[in-house]
Amino acid sequence: MNRDSNVYTIIYASVMVLLVAVVLAFTSQSLRSFQKQNEDNDKRQQILRSIHVDVKADAAEAQYNELIKEAFLVNAQGQKVEGDAFAADPVKSFAENLYPVFVANVDGQTKYIMALYGAGLWGPLWGYLSLDDDRNTVYGADFSHAGETPGLGAEITTKSFSAPFAGKKLFMNNEYKSIAVVKPGKSAAGQDYVDGISGGTITSQGVDQMIYNSLKGYVPFLTSNNQ
Amino acid sequence: MALLSNKNKEVLTSPLSRNNPVIVQMLGVCSALAVTSKLEPSIVMGLSVTAVMAFANVIISLLRNTIPNRIRIIVQLVVVAALVTIVSEVLKAFAYDVNKQLSVFVGLIITNCILMGRLEAFALGNGPWESFLDGIGNGLGYGIILVIVGFFRELFGSGTLLGIQVVPQAFYDLGYVNNGLMILPPMALIVVAAIIWVHRSRNKELLEEN
Repeated sequence: MNRDSNVYTIIYASVMVLLVAVVLAFTSQSLRSFQKQNEDNDKRQQILRSIHVDVKADAAEAQYNELIKEAFLVNAQGQKVEGDAFAADPVKSFAENLYPVFVANVDGQTKYIMALYGAGLWGPLWGYLSLDDDRNTVYGADFSHAGETPGLGAEITTKSFSAPFAGKKLFMNNEYKSIAVVKPGKSAAGQDYVDGISGGTITSQGVDQMIYNSLKGYVPFLTSNNQ
Repeated sequence: MALLSNKNKEVLTSPLSRNNPVIVQMLGVCSALAVTSKLEPSIVMGLSVTAVMAFANVIISLLRNTIPNRIRIIVQLVVVAALVTIVSEVLKAFAYDVNKQLSVFVGLIITNCILMGRLEAFALGNGPWESFLDGIGNGLGYGIILVIVGFFRELFGSGTLLGIQVVPQAFYDLGYVNNGLMILPPMALIVVAAIIWVHRSRNKELLEEN
């Protein structure tokens, strides 16, 4: 067999690629359920962190089922609609004007958790923000990112960034103002604000935009008094 | 043929010290700097590279008499890329948190020059068993350096090892402070340099004349 002939080379390459494709497809399929479980637990951990509950991945499911009493989608009119809030991907559901809401019960008090989605410097940002039952005062927040710069933009995942959100108000004089993320030392007129990350300006602005844009869709739900 | 003849022992152990891929051949330094700010990802990265290298070496060695010469680099890359993808999927399924910390660096094992170097230099010219030992040896040689660097960076940078606090609170009360610089990439370079310094002063034959 002449190993340098064109026919041999082409056949060799084709067979190799097919074999590799089969092996990879098989691996991916057989590990899919484990990966899905990890991703779900990661999501539960994020949701729980927004109400100041920090649990390990293996305890996330039990804790989530205990604290989260209800999960539903709301539409652009603020009305509940059918759907699986947990499985809903914010990117797709926001585009369809459907907004996931998780209702948690923390020490007898009702907290509303809402999903956030936006863009940072290098890739997507997402997070969860919880409100007290006045549907105005922030109870807690948690942010995640796909690939922000470590040490700079990536610092949005730390508690020192998310903790100051607690106690801030979304509405001023019954008007939706969101919460601004400003350069440390600056302030924002007419709305509540928290400090951004020094050196992570674009990521901080991304968080600012994310909160404004994501929560805008929730306004009808937050201002309606009926459940 | 003895499974561990003298030559095979040499193949397995020489990359651990005198022929270490990182501190003697200066290969794979990039990822050694990037993932070593904590001990756990360093260990996982070392094991992942060892697994990929051992299996890639064996596969290429088995195929070495069939691979068309003109596309041999492509064949090597496909084998390595497939193995790395499998490792990445396995980590996602069973070590999700570590996988998140390693992020892109698992995928970048594909571009680790140690791998291509061993495939070209060793697996294409040797049998599967020797190639397997060579892969294990070089992978561990790489992993050892990562673990040493990760150990010092986590210890001095965060005061923890594998996430467990080891520097006692009494030290902090006396005014001891974690060195934040250790977490940043430049200190990885300096720690690697310090290892090379110690290593060369103990192995005089490695010193370059100038």
